[in-house]
This record gives sequence, C-alpha cells and structure tokens, in this order.
Amino acid sequence: MEMYRSHVMICRGTGCTSSNSEQIVKNFEEEIKKHGIENEITVERTGCFGLCALGPIVIIYPEASFYSLVKPEDVEEIVKEHLVKGRVVKRLLYAESVDGDTIKSINDVEFYKKQYRIALKNCGVINPEDIDEYIAFDGYKALEKVLTSMKPEEVVDTIKRSGLRGRGGGGFSTGMKWDFTAKAAGDKKYVLCNADEGDPGAFMDRSVLEGDPHSVIEAMAIAGYAVGSNQGYIYCRAEYPIAVKRMTIAIMQAREYGLLGKNILGTGYEFDLEIRLGAGAFVCGEETALIASIEGERGMPRPRPPFPAIKGLFGKPTLLNNVETYANICQIILNGAEWFASMGTEKSKGTKVFALGGKINNTGLVEIPMGTTMREIVFEIGGGIPEGKKFKAAQTGGPSGGCIPAEHLDVPIDYDNLIALGSMMGSGGLIVMDEDNCMVDIARFFLDFTDDESCGKCTPCREGTKRMLEILEKIAEGKGEMSDIDKLENLAKNIKASALCGLGQTAPNPVLSTLKYFKDEYVAHIKDKKCPAGVCTALLNYIVIDEKCKSCGICAKQCPVNAISGQKGVPYLIDTEKCIKCGACLSKCPFKAIYKG
Amino acid sequence: MTELEFKEKMEKLEEIIKDHRHQDGPLMPVLHETQELFGYIPEDAQKRIALGLNVPMAEIYGVATFYSRFTLKPRGKYTISICLGTACYVRNAQAIIEKFQDELKVEPGATSEDGIFTLEATRCLGCCGLAPVAMIGEDVYGKLVPEDVPGIIKKYRD
Ligand SMILES: Cc1cc2nc3c(=O)[nH]c(=O)nc-3n(C[C@H](O)[C@H](O)[C@H](O)COP(=O)(O)O)c2cc1C
Ligand code: FES
Repeated sequence: MEMYRSHVMICRGTGCTSSNSEQIVKNFEEEIKKHGIENEITVERTGCFGLCALGPIVIIYPEASFYSLVKPEDVEEIVKEHLVKGRVVKRLLYAESVDGDTIKSINDVEFYKKQYRIALKNCGVINPEDIDEYIAFDGYKALEKVLTSMKPEEVVDTIKRSGLRGRGGGGFSTGMKWDFTAKAAGDKKYVLCNADEGDPGAFMDRSVLEGDPHSVIEAMAIAGYAVGSNQGYIYCRAEYPIAVKRMTIAIMQAREYGLLGKNILGTGYEFDLEIRLGAGAFVCGEETALIASIEGERGMPRPRPPFPAIKGLFGKPTLLNNVETYANICQIILNGAEWFASMGTEKSKGTKVFALGGKINNTGLVEIPMGTTMREIVFEIGGGIPEGKKFKAAQTGGPSGGCIPAEHLDVPIDYDNLIALGSMMGSGGLIVMDEDNCMVDIARFFLDFTDDESCGKCTPCREGTKRMLEILEKIAEGKGEMSDIDKLENLAKNIKASALCGLGQTAPNPVLSTLKYFKDEYVAHIKDKKCPAGVCTALLNYIVIDEKCKSCGICAKQCPVNAISGQKGVPYLIDTEKCIKCGACLSKCPFKAIYKG
Repeated sequence: MTELEFKEKMEKLEEIIKDHRHQDGPLMPVLHETQELFGYIPEDAQKRIALGLNVPMAEIYGVATFYSRFTLKPRGKYTISICLGTACYVRNAQAIIEKFQDELKVEPGATSEDGIFTLEATRCLGCCGLAPVAMIGEDVYGKLVPEDVPGIIKKYRD
C-alpha cells in the first residue's frame, strides 16, 4: 500500500450515510485535489464508529482527531486548516475531546475509553469494500493458520477453551455446537450465519456486516473446516440493503483472491458462500425457522430435537451461529483461547457489543468486556440521560427480555446475572427508559410485537400472547381490575411452559419483569386510573392553567370536537368528557397554558 | 403498468425462474426478485412460478403471504417505512407515523390515492442511534420530529 501522511476516515455506516456522509466524502476529495495534496492524504469510507448520535463522524489520523456532526460545508475549513496547515479545527471537534488547550484522541474520550474492541475491531478502521485493507489488518491470517497448521479437532478445541458463548441470544457454548456438528455423521454439512437481527433496538450485526464483512466470511470458512462443511449461507434481513451490498462485494473479492471457492490457499480445502434474504418475519431469527425459510417454506419453527447440528438445512447436519459470534472467531484463533478467556466473568468470557438506544445521550454501539456494570454503560460510556431526566430502567433482550431498574445498576453484566434479574442478554439491544416512559405501555408494546410476529403454529403463543395483550390494553385504558394482574401472571407461566419455540417461551418476560419491578405503575393504572408517566392517552386529561391562559381562543378553534369553551377575559375550560385527547390544543397554545396529566 | 409492460415482465420472470431452478431452496430468491420486478407478486406470476419450480400454487401463496415484505397487491411508487422498533418507540415514533397518516390520508399498510406512497410500519431499521427513523426506498431519515414530515413528502412528490 502507498504511504500517506494523513488518513481521513469517514463513516459510511447506515446512520452517518443518512446524514449525508457521502457528500462529505466527495467534498473532501474535491478540496484535497484543489490544494494539490492528493498524493499525501487519503480519504477512506469506513464502517460505523459507534457513536451514531453524533454522526456524521470524521476521524483524521495520525492524530486521531475526532470531528463530530460534520456538515458538508465544514469540509473546506477542515482541509485548509487541519490537512494543509496542521491546525486542528477545535470548533468542529467532538466537544468532549477538547479539554482546554489539550485535544484528546478518539481513544481517550469517555465513550471509547472503557471499550475493548474484538468483534468491532475493524469497524471504522478499514474500508469494508477493499479486501486489501482487511488483509493489511491481519485479515485471512487466521484462516491460513487454521488450514496450514491446525487439525479440525484443534480448531474446535480452541473455540471450546476460549469460553465463547453464542451472541445471538441463547448464549450456548460455541465450541460445543461446533463439536456436535463436527461429530455428526453426514457427507454434506452446512454452515449458516444468522444475520436476521430481529431484536428491534439492536444493530451490531448490521454494523459488522457493513463495516467488516470479511471477518464473517473468514470465520465461516474456518467453521466449515472445523465441522467438515464446504457450503455456507448468510441469512440476512432484507431491511439491510447496505449490508447485503457490502457482503456481496466482499464475497466476490474473496473468491477472486482464492479465499473462497475450490482449493483455498492451495490447501485443497473447498468452501463457498451464498447470501439469502429474509423477508420481514421476526420468527425467522429462530434457528429452525431460519432453516425452513432458506428451504423456501414459511418461516415456522420446527420442534427440537432433532437439533440442527444433527438434522438441519435440507436435512443435513448444520452449524448456525450469529454474526457477532463469528466476528470473534478470527481473533480467538490468532491470539489464543487463553487470551479470550482472560476477559470477562467466570462463565461469560470476552466482550459483548451493546446497542445503546432510547433515552441516552450517546446512542450508538459499544463493545465492553463482560462484567462491566450497567451503571458504567449508561452513565459513563453512554453519557447519562438527556435533559437531566431520571433513569427509570434499562431494557435488554428485546421482546424476550426484561427491564433492569435503578436498584440493580451495579450488577456486573453477563449472561447469568441478567437471567437472574429476570431479563436476558439477547442480542445486545439496550434501551434506556426515563421517567417519561410508562412501563405498562412498554409491556404492551412488546406484547403487541410478539402477538404480531407469532407465526401461529402453536396455540399457547398464538392465543396466549393475544390474551395477554388484551389485558394490557384494558389496563392502559383504565378499565383494568386488580385480578388482571393475577391473570397476566398465570398466562405468563403457562405460555412459558408450553410454547413450541423461543419466541413464545420468552414472550411473557417483558410483562413479568415490569410487574416485578414496577407493580406500582400497574396499580396506579388500575386503582387510581392514572398513568404516572403521562403516556397512556386514555388516562390523561388536558387541563388549562388558569393563570397562564390569555383567553385568546386558539385552542377552541383547534379542537376538532368542540370540547373547549370560554370567552374573553376568563380562562378557557376543557370538557374532559368530550375531549378525545388528540393534543391539538396543547401543541397550538402560544402561551403554554395547557398541560396533560 | 400497461399490458405490454406486464407481458415484458412476465418474460423476464422466465429468466429469473431459469436462473434459480437448479439452486437449492429456490423459492425465496425467486419471490424476492419477482417482488422487485413487478412491485408485487401478481397471481399470474405465482402460477408461472408454481409451474417453473414445480411447487403447488397453495404453497407459493402460503409463503408469499407469510412474509411481510411480499405483497399481493401493487404498491405505491415509494414505500415509506416508519420504524416502530423499541428505540424508536420510546422516542415517540408514534407521533411520526401519525403525522404521515395525517398528511397522506392513508392508514399504515395502505397506498395513497394518487398511487405514489405506501405507508408502512416496520420493525427496527438498524439505525436506532438516530431514533425515530423512517426509510423511503433506500434513503434513511433519522432524528425525526413531526414537523419534518411535510418536507420529506414533498421531496418525493415533486
Ligand atoms: C424468536 C427468536 C428470534 C431470534 N432471533 C435471532 C436473531 O435475530 N439473530 C440471531 O443471531 N439469533 C436469533 N435467535 C437465536 C437463534 O435461534 C440461535 O440461537 C442463534 O442464532 C445461534 O447462534 P449463536 O449460538 O451464535 O448465538 C432467535 C431466537 C428466537 C427464539
Ligand atoms: S428501533 Fe428504530 S431503527 Fe432500531
């Protein structure tokens, strides 16, 4: 590769792309040419840096200066000052990286300091559409090591000893799974990658696919060698067009370089990959449903056993792992099982990527060693709650998980601790809720999700989630009774015990966990007919604040049902019986004289 | 779509079927490409696929209706997908979808009268860092507030 004195890295992940980072790339290229320094400076399109809230992000090396919220019109100044004259444009740097006169590099800011990147190692560092860059960062070295110096059993053994557990939700030992598939009898075997990323609120798999696709390809080729397979499929959700495009390019480049296909690296080993697209069904993230979908059927789960390791895709032994699981493999091979196992807690090794979302300042992706506390994630790395609001709960595990309240913020996060708290790791979505979020409403939201996504094959899930949803809707409308809480708990217990697949078995978790930690909110909805967070519309009243009302009459004109009346000189009045709670009056009042509560 | 256009597309479908016929598990890729080609999966196409892949028509119908990205009715020129995933939901995505509903006078899942827009609620688009999020074609719009909505619609309508 050529030598440049500066590298300009511009995020082309989905987040930054939506805020116009392609224009920024173009402007950089133009301005650099204008100054005649195109031989000294290179502009790279990279994957996601993680701090999506502040995109578009531009990082300039060797200083690792961290420019955030960059606009296309800022580029001229950055090129002229920083790249030509060597003067960092402080005004445009990420505020936290400027400390008086000293400027911190990206690695020293709070958001990155506590992170340790294994799965996201190359995200934001290399151009994902260029295999040479991946190779320059030790790419395909692990595959070479495996093919030239390790027996398949040794590979399986290394993964086993690393303690790596599946990052797709269940947390099953990856090494054991490889072992089962390797030992299964069969002439043809398959290696699958689950890139269906169904948890609404998780996007780490997307980032890996978009930012470092070769790490998944390489890991799957290694897995194929270990279990005795020469055909893999990546099942990716169709909602991720950029990921599909990058993966397609990466597969083609790998074939050109002889890293996929026949006789890989001259060793006689053969392995190839195909991408298959999902079509918008959450349940297809479940392994047996995913297999059914690739086969061309409706994505309905099948009873296990037989497990896919014995009888999977097209009836053959099949290994299925999640994207993030694969993204750890090459590093484990290169650095050794002991290195990986030295990180984390007793039973959860290595790191985990979390997608921070909801009411948190630094929304984005973070990779932290297992055992980091929720408090560190939310308040240090995540920068706390916006607008000085109060933390209420962190939701993990998506529709299968639960909420973690403030009193458990100091528990070290790992698979087992989260389950003990009534939640689960899931794929790593972490949604923060503040005082303005209603926990009954959140439970209703998740049940609405599972009810909608239930494939309908088994009755407990199909009918049971519907009944639970109806009860939650009743409570949210202020028509609940105290006995409804018992009914919810009863239904939950039965669905968990009898549903066919993980979707149904975990669907009641959001209800159980909110009931466990926020029962008072349920009681307030049922007994007092009040929604303390002010979310459940049916329980809200719009009220005029007499002192602020200038009786201008605008609210009365806005009201679609004529529920507001009044006259000049006296405060207006809202008839709560007639009011349909549309909120039109509140948003239009010029004096902020209406509130809901 | 004129009759002629439809005929041309049916001919293209022949190629799609031919390309995939010998692949393992060809139905999903063929349905994806059919959906892309026509903008929906017409009954005639289903019949043709049934014949070409030797799969019963009932099964094709079952698969096509199971997955939310396949549609049996024509869609608008643009599909507006509003994310109602968790991260977007807690950041008030509900207000965004209501604003689109108001402006376009359509319910989620339906197509506007002029045939330009189909409004749709989807799950996580993977841009949770920018919640609330909407996607039109391959364009992603993040950090939305209801006031942004009229401007976005205008961009596509013109
Ligand atoms: C309803 C349901 C949805 C799931 N969705 C996903 C998903 O989107 N991505 C994923 O990797 N695993 C998902 N899983 C877990 C998979 O079934 C499977 O355990 C996992 O992909 C195995 O890979 P791992 O061992 O590397 O985690 C889901 C499970 C269930 C029950
Ligand atoms: S929840 Fe909306 S993009 Fe993820």
